[in-house]
Parts: sequence; structure tokens; C-alpha cells
Amino acid sequence: MQMEDNKQYQLRLEDIHLSFGGLQALNGVSTGVRKGEIFSIIGPNGAGKTCLLNCINRFYHPEKGSVILEGRDISRIKPHKIAALGIARTFQNVELFGHMSVLDNIKLGAHVHLKSGSLSGGIYYGKSRREEIDLRSHIEAKIVDLLEIEHIRKSVVHSLPYGLQKRVELARALAMRPRILLLDEPATGMNLEETEDMARFILDINEEWGVTIVLIEHDMGVVMDISDRICVLDFGQKIAEGKPDEIRHNEQVIKAYLGEEDITYSRLGA
Amino acid sequence: MRCGDFKETYIKDEEIFQSLFVKFWLGLFFIFLLVFPFIANAYMLYVANMIGFAIIAAVGLNLLTGFTGQISLGHAAFVGVGAYTSAILVTRLGFSFWLSIPCAGLVAALAGMIIGIPSLRVKGLYLCIATLAAQFIFEFIFIHWESMTNGITGINIPCPGIGGFEFVTEKSFYWITLFFVVLGVGYARNLIRSRMGRAFVAIRDRDLSAEIIGINLFRYKLSAFAISSFYAGVAGALWVTFLKVVTPDHFPFILSIHYLAMIIVGGLGSILGSIFGAIFMTLVPEILNYLSEIVKMSAPGYEEIFVPMKEVIFGVLIVLFLVFEPRGLAELWNRIKNFFRLWPFSY
Repeated sequence: MQMEDNKQYQLRLEDIHLSFGGLQALNGVSTGVRKGEIFSIIGPNGAGKTCLLNCINRFYHPEKGSVILEGRDISRIKPHKIAALGIARTFQNVELFGHMSVLDNIKLGAHVHLKSGSLSGGIYYGKSRREEIDLRSHIEAKIVDLLEIEHIRKSVVHSLPYGLQKRVELARALAMRPRILLLDEPATGMNLEETEDMARFILDINEEWGVTIVLIEHDMGVVMDISDRICVLDFGQKIAEGKPDEIRHNEQVIKAYLGEEDITYSRLGA
Repeated sequence: MRCGDFKETYIKDEEIFQSLFVKFWLGLFFIFLLVFPFIANAYMLYVANMIGFAIIAAVGLNLLTGFTGQISLGHAAFVGVGAYTSAILVTRLGFSFWLSIPCAGLVAALAGMIIGIPSLRVKGLYLCIATLAAQFIFEFIFIHWESMTNGITGINIPCPGIGGFEFVTEKSFYWITLFFVVLGVGYARNLIRSRMGRAFVAIRDRDLSAEIIGINLFRYKLSAFAISSFYAGVAGALWVTFLKVVTPDHFPFILSIHYLAMIIVGGLGSILGSIFGAIFMTLVPEILNYLSEIVKMSAPGYEEIFVPMKEVIFGVLIVLFLVFEPRGLAELWNRIKNFFRLWPFSY
């Protein structure tokens, strides 16, 4: 049974250990993401959620353990090659190219799918020109339309409000045509309406594009509503994994979130 | 956006020159450039040529520093590498001038790539110092590799020719300069709106996410160094062929600073800015020279005050520009354009 289960996983993390000096950020975390699901990682601040994404992205090099994408160990691959494997991501603090226009930012997402080099790019005629125009129409038709950012596509990114910047960052990740999308707190700092929009976009991307989504989010409403499965981290250790309903009533999770004494007062979202 | 200016295809929207109005003025300006040698005197053509070399070098430096964000204090050294390469190929190996230009660019690009290797590990001011080292290393080589460079006596370079025609005068050389300036500027402008140029800006703005979207930082930083030095090499080769002599004195450290000043005054991260900066930094000293001549003629005795004041005025002008328009002449140009776009009904 366990073996069969492993085969279904598109992305598998095995026994990840990561430490900074004396601080053990991740202590033997193993989990797996199935193809086409929305998989959330939750946990209190400093639990190691972002560290886990950084390990998948190869920003951090775990001391022990491996990251396996579709049966292939990617824990020794260079960070810039991860994009070509179909893993895209957004960041907790928006990491856009502030001085460029929204369109240019999104175009940059498609970097690995373009071919023009220094010579053909500089001549900008024939193939490389066609490539640019095709890219533009692809972005307009698929991404700009989906995320409803037509009105800002020519604006410079750093002049935009935070909520829109988050959306542009998602657009850039989509331009990478990912198979797995890592979203690090996509709804942080947003008002209710923006949060609902973002949740809708995530569901659309998941359903229409068939993209597997790994989500870190503090907004429990969003997490419980849209996730297929949830993994809970605390102090670098996995304390629970399962369907939203199982997590909601898990004693250990409640303890991690509310502390020992409060358990009697309240149940997480229940 | 200009009122009533709507695009119907993405091809139209991706164009550099967006409206008929712009194209018209650009065409007019180009005609002026073609007519210019017939109406200008030798001195004006000399200045025009110098501006041309400065534009090529400044565009190159802007690709590296303005777009990719890698500050270089060794640009003059790469100009020198190109200049010496061309001079040596023409005088010793009997290359034609036309072949020596791309070779000069390639050798300079190679030198630039070697100097750019530390850029993977060091950033900002630290990289700045690493490129400063390049400046001094190459200056040393120009002076002391006497068997190749003739040391401080330099190399005399013959005039370039095509068929039976020789480009001896400023006027004839103007055509060569114009050709390379148009080619260089056009290439750079196209480059920055395609895949590679976007990657450069991505590295400048946020190298962390550049890596996430699959940009190989090392490769693109080295490419930026190579392309930038290629421009420098071509500029250097043209410049010394124009002067008909190359000595190590042509490429002092101050010239590197001068190029950096060009792109800062003109506008970092703007091709148009490098052109404005190159024109400004070349033309203003000449204008001040001219003014000091007038002072000498009209108010004898005062030139002793005015002539040294020239440098001061030049410095003050630069400072004023940076204070009032820190993003350079290109931004000033944009503001003027935007003002007239809606003028006289700006609301």
C-alpha cells in the first residue's frame, strides 16, 4: 500500500534536514504532493514552511534528505535549472522586477521557453520577432485575461498597490508554464475581496491548467476551503498531514496553534 | 498614452517607435545626420566623430552598468584593448580595417569576460573595485608589453580605405562612425526588448527571482560583460583609427570615470540616455572651450580666470543635472515629451 502511494506522488520530500548554525530549521520532514492536488503547508511562524519551499527550489541545500520530482532526484540540480523542470513559485515578500512594466515581468517568466540569444535578439527580425509576438499574444490571451490585470499591463510594477503586485507575481509564475506551482502566502496583506479573488485564481489555475499547487497560507479560511490535503509543521517537524477535516480536529495541531491551556476553550475553526 | 492612439495588433504594440509622429521626426533627424557633413566645417565634424565614439562606448557601458547593474570602472581598459587589437592587426598582420573592427570587438569581449568572472561572487562596490583592477592591469600591459604595443611611443595606424578610396578627412570618416553608431544603437535597443535584455534587467532588479525563473546568473552576467566590452572594443578601434595613432595615454582611468559619468548624466538603463550623456559630456567641454575663446577676444585679461573656471562650470553643470534630474537627461526628455503630449489641454 505504502509503495503504491509513493508512486502517485509527483513531488516527494524525504527526510529533509536543514539547519542554520545551531538552529534546526527542518528536522526530518517527509511528505509528498500528488499530481493535480492543492496541497497546503501550514504552521505557526518560524515552523519552517518557507524553508521547505526553498529546499524544493534549491535555494537552500538540505544537509540530509532528497527532493524527488516525478521519480527524479533534483536535490543536486542548480537553482536556475529548476524552472525548466516545471516548478514555478511566488514569494512571501513580492519579488518582482520593480522597474519593469507588468508585461515585461510576465514575459520574463517565459524565459526558459524562449530561444533567442544575444545575436538574434539584437537583430529582432524573423524568428526572434515572431517569438516575441507569439509570447505576447499567449500572455494576453491566457494569463492577463485569467488574472484580470488588463488595466495595469503597461504600468511599472513598483507603482502598483501590494494586492496587484501579488497578482502580477502569480502571472509571472504562470508564464513559466509550470507543472507545480509553489505559492508562499499569496493572500497575505490582502483585504477580504482580494483574498477571495486570489482563492478563485488558485482554483482556476488548478482546474483549468491542471497545475499541482503547493500553498503556504496563514488565512485558515482559504486553506481549509480550497486544499485537498494539508501538512502541518511545527518547529521544523511534521506534526500532522491529511484532509482539512482531519487537520481541523487534530489535537496536536490545535496545541501547536493555541498552546496547551487554550485547548479547552476553542477548537481550530470548529 | 497619446490620446486616440490605439493599437490593433500586438506587432504594432511591440514596436519601438510607436507613432507616425515619432517616425516622422526620427526620419527628419536622420536626414539631418546625412546632410550634416556637407554643411559642417572640419572642427564640427571632428566633434561629431568624437561624439560617435563616445556613444558606442557609452551604450556598451550602459548595457552592463545601467541594465545589468554591474558597475564597471574599467571600461576605458576595454576600449584600449579594442584599440590596440585593431592597431596591431592592421599594422603587423596586414588585416584590413574592416576586418579588424569585429576582431577588436571580439578580443575586447574576451577580456571583458575574464574580468567579469568575479561578478558571480562579488556585487556592487566590491565588483567595482575588481573592475578597477582591470583598468590598471591593462594600462600596465599597454605600457610595458613593448614588443607588441611599442610602449609609450605608441603605434601609427594607416588610414582605412575601400576600393581606391581612403578615409583621410573628418568628413569621410564621419560616414564610418555614423554607420557603426546606427548599427550599435539599433542592436542594443533591440537586445533590451528581447529575451536577453529582459534577463539583464531582471538580474539588476532582483537576482534572487531571476534565478527562480530560470536565468543562469553567471552566464548572463558574463554575456553582459562580453557585449559591453565588444562595444568598447569597437569604439576604441574606430577612435584610434580616426586619430591615426594609439598610445597608452589615450586610456587613462579618468576616461573610465568619464564614461560612467556619461551614462549617469544621460540616464542609467536607457539607450537614449547613453546617447544624450555621450553628447553632453563631449559637447559641453567643447562649448566651454569656445566660450573661453570668446572671453579671450572680448575681455583680454579675464581669460586667466575663465579658463580654469571651465572645469568648475562643467562640474557644476553635472551636479545640477543630478540634483534636478537624478534619472538623467533621458528622463528630462520623457518629461518634456509627456508635457507636450497633452499640451495645451493638460487636464
